[in-house]
Amino acid sequence: MRLRLVPQETKWDFFSRPTLWLGISGALMVAALVSFFIQGLNFGIDFKGGTTIRTESAQEVVIADYRAALEPLELGDISITEVFDVTFEEDQNVTMIRIQAQEGEEAVTADMIRKVEAQLQTVAPDITFVSVESVGPKVSGELITTAVIAVLLAIGAVLVYIWLRFEWQFAVGAVMALVHDVVLTIGVFSELQIKFDLAIIAALLTIVGYSLNDTVVVFDRVRENLRKYKKMDLKEVLNLSINETLSRTVMTSATTLLALISLFVLGGDVIRGFVFAMIWGVIVGTYSSVFIASAALLKLGVKRDWSKQANTAGNKFADIDA
Amino acid sequence: MLQIDLWKRVLIWLTCVVGLLLAMPNAFYPRVEAHNDAVAAIEMGASGNGLEEQAAMWPSFLPSRLVNLGLDLRGGAHLLAEVQVEDVYAARMTSFWPEVRDLLRGERATIGTIRQQPGPDTELRFKISKPEAIQEAASLVRGLSRPVTSLTGAGASDILVRTEGDMIIVELSDAEKLASDERTVQQALEIIRRRIDEVGTREPTIQRQGSDRILIQVPGIGSASELKEIIGTTAQLTFNPVVSRTSDADAPAGAGNKVLPSIDEEGVFYIVEAAPVVTGEELVDAQPSFDQNNRPAVSFRFNPTGARKFGDYTAENIGSPFAIVLDDEVISAPVIQSHIPGGSGIITGRFSVEESTNLAVLLRAGALPAELNFLEERTIGPELGQDSIEAGRIACIVAFVGVLVFMFLSYGTFGVFANIALILNVGLIFGLLSLIGATLTLPGIAGIVLTIGMAVDANVLVFERIREELKSAKGPARAIELGYEKALSAILDANITTFITAVILFAVGSGPVRGFAITLGLGILTSVFTAIFVTRVLIVMWFERRRPKTIEV
Repeated sequence: MRLRLVPQETKWDFFSRPTLWLGISGALMVAALVSFFIQGLNFGIDFKGGTTIRTESAQEVVIADYRAALEPLELGDISITEVFDVTFEEDQNVTMIRIQAQEGEEAVTADMIRKVEAQLQTVAPDITFVSVESVGPKVSGELITTAVIAVLLAIGAVLVYIWLRFEWQFAVGAVMALVHDVVLTIGVFSELQIKFDLAIIAALLTIVGYSLNDTVVVFDRVRENLRKYKKMDLKEVLNLSINETLSRTVMTSATTLLALISLFVLGGDVIRGFVFAMIWGVIVGTYSSVFIASAALLKLGVKRDWSKQANTAGNKFADIDA
Repeated sequence: MLQIDLWKRVLIWLTCVVGLLLAMPNAFYPRVEAHNDAVAAIEMGASGNGLEEQAAMWPSFLPSRLVNLGLDLRGGAHLLAEVQVEDVYAARMTSFWPEVRDLLRGERATIGTIRQQPGPDTELRFKISKPEAIQEAASLVRGLSRPVTSLTGAGASDILVRTEGDMIIVELSDAEKLASDERTVQQALEIIRRRIDEVGTREPTIQRQGSDRILIQVPGIGSASELKEIIGTTAQLTFNPVVSRTSDADAPAGAGNKVLPSIDEEGVFYIVEAAPVVTGEELVDAQPSFDQNNRPAVSFRFNPTGARKFGDYTAENIGSPFAIVLDDEVISAPVIQSHIPGGSGIITGRFSVEESTNLAVLLRAGALPAELNFLEERTIGPELGQDSIEAGRIACIVAFVGVLVFMFLSYGTFGVFANIALILNVGLIFGLLSLIGATLTLPGIAGIVLTIGMAVDANVLVFERIREELKSAKGPARAIELGYEKALSAILDANITTFITAVILFAVGSGPVRGFAITLGLGILTSVFTAIFVTRVLIVMWFERRRPKTIEV
C-alpha cells in the first residue's frame, strides 16, 4: 500500500470562502508590517555594523560576569547570549557577544577587539574566540541597499518571465503571492526578533523561488485546463487545477520540509535562523500559491481564448465558436 | 512508443559517470588534498620528506580537483580594506615642492623670494614676494607638468595651477587623480598579493572590489589581526652594486657582499654589495614607458636625496651593472648606460610591455602606497568550521535518507528510480562544484540540503501526471510517455523561475550568499537533468525488460 498524504481524488472547493482566506492573509500582513515598523528587525552586524564574538569555554558561562568584565571598556550597547545546541559537547559552553558599532568609527577597530578579548580572558582563562566578525558602518549601509535591490530584482525578473510565458494576470497573481510571503517572513523575523543578517536575504530569495515554483506548477495546470475546458467557469477551472496538482504540491512540500527540518535540528546553531526562514517560507509559499495567487487570478479574470491571436482579447464572443 | 535512441542513452550514462568521477575526490578529501599539495610542491622543485609517497596516495589518472571549502567551513580570515587613495595626492604634492622651489629660485630676479603657505594636504600653496610677476611664476610651474599616463586621461596635464592674489596654488588635475587612484589600488593589490604569497598559505583570495576596495580572504590563518600584520610589513626595495653573476647559490660572496637569487631567471644568482646605493624609500614614482628604440622600459624617479646619491653613483660606474633588489631577490640587473643626474632614470632590459608594467608596479610596490582602512573583518576558527561541516554532513545524510524512504513509500518501484536519480544528482552537484572550482560555504550546504528536498519535485510532477494519465485508462507505456510530455512545461517553468532567483543571488550577493546561490543554481540544473533524462532512461529500461501489462505508480 502506498503512502498518500492526499486522498487519491479530491474535489475540495478552495474558493468557497474567499473573504475568509484573504482576510486572514490581509490581517497577518498588517500584523507583520505593524511589528516591522514598531519593533523593527533585529539586524545583525552585516546590516548595522558592529562586532560579534563567538566564544567557547569549558567553564560554565555566567553572563553577568562576562558583562561585568566588559563594563569598564565603555563600548555602549553589548548583548551577551549563551548558545545551546544539540550538536555541542558536554563541556562546550558557547556565547555570542555583540558589540555595537562604535561612534565616530568608520572602520573596524582591532584595538577594541583586543581589549575585549583580554578582558574576557580574565573571567574565563581557557576561553577561545572561535569567530570574531566586525563590519564597519560604511559597508553595512551598502549591504542593506544591495539586499533590497536583490529582492526587488528577483521579484521583477520573475514578473517579466511569467508575463512572457503566461498572461499578465498570472504574473500579477504570482507576484502578489511573493510579496505576501516576503512580508510575512519579515514579520516573523521582527516579531520573534530573530537575527536578520545577509544569509536571511538569501533565504528570502529562496522563498521567492520556492513559492514561485509552486505557483507556476498550479498556473501551468490552469493554462492547460483553460484550453481543455473552454466553457468551464474560471472558478471551477481553478479549483480543478488546484485539486489535480494538490497531491504534488503536498508531496514536494513534504520532502523539502523533511530535508529542512533535519537541517534545522542537526545543522548547528550557526545557520538555524537561515533554515528557520526557509521552513517558514515553504509553509507560507505553499499556502500562498493556492490561496493568494489563484484567488488573485480569479479576481483579475483571464483571457480564455488561447488558440487565437492576442488581438481578439477583450472580445467577449471570442470563445463562442470553440 | 517508449523509445530512447541508443546514442542518447550512452550520452546520459556517460554524463553521469563523468560527473561522479569528478565528484569522487571529495569523498577522500584529506587524502586527495595531501596528494595535490605534494604534487604542487614537487612541481615547484621540492623533493624528499615523503612528498613522493604523499603524491602516490591518489592515482594520477583520476581527477583530483576538489571543492574549495569557504572560510566559514575551513576557518581563516576575511578582510575588506579601503585604500585611502587621497594619501597619495598629499605625498605627490610634498615631493613636488622641492622641484618647484628649485625652478623658481633660478628666477629670483623676476619673481622674488618664495614662501610655502599652510593649506590642505592635497594642495601646494606658496607666495612670491613680487606679486606682479605672479602669472609668469604660474606659467613656469605649469611648465613642470607632465601628460597624464592613462587611456582615458591621455592628453590632459597632471597638475592644475591657479593663482589667488599673490598666492599660487598647485594641485593634481582630476584626470591625474583618477589615474593616480587606479595606480594606487593596483599597487596596493600587488603588494598585498606578494606579501600573502610569501607566507605561502593555501588559495588566498585577493580581489579588487569597486573602485577603491580590496577583498582579502586567507583560509587557515589564525586571525584577522595576524593577516593585517602580514599585509602591513614593508617590502624592502634596494639598489645594490653588482659584484658578479653566478649560477652557484653557495658561491663565496666575500666580505660585505651577499648572494641573491634572480626573481625570474632560474639558477641565476648575483653577488651584490650588501650596502645599497639607494633604497626604495627614496623612490617617488615608477612608470612603464619606452626607451629611445621604442622597446618597453620602466622609468623611475627618486626624491632629491636619492637623486643625488644615484647621480653620483651612476657617474662613477658607467658600464657596470647594478641590481634592483626586492625582498632579497634580484628583479633585474641592468647595466648603467650613462650618468643619470636629476634622479630620474630608465630601466631597459628584454622586457615585454606586460613585464615592464609589472616591474613598474613592483618598483612602486616598495611600501603600501596609501593607508588601508579596514571596513570589515572576520575571523573564523577552524574548530567552528569543522563543527559546521560535521553538523552539515549529518543533516545531509538524515535529509537524504528521509527523502529516500519517503519517496519509496509513496511511489514504490518508481520511487526507487527517483531515488537513484537523487543520489546521482547529489554526486553531479559535487562533480560540477569541483569542475568549476566553486567554493562550498555553510549556506552552500544548506543549498544542497534544500536541493535534496526540491530535486524530487520534477519526478513527483511526472509521477503524479502518470497516475492521472493511468486513470483515463490508457496503456502503461502511453501513460508514462504522456506523463513526461505533459509535465515538461511545468517542470521547465518552475525551475527556470527558481534559477532566475539563483542567478540574481549570485550576481548581487557576496561571500556565503554567493556560495548558496551556486549550489542552488547547480542543483536546479542537475535535478532537471536527472529527472528528465536519468529517471526516464531507468523507467524505459525497466519497462523494456518487464513489459508489464499494468503499472502502479
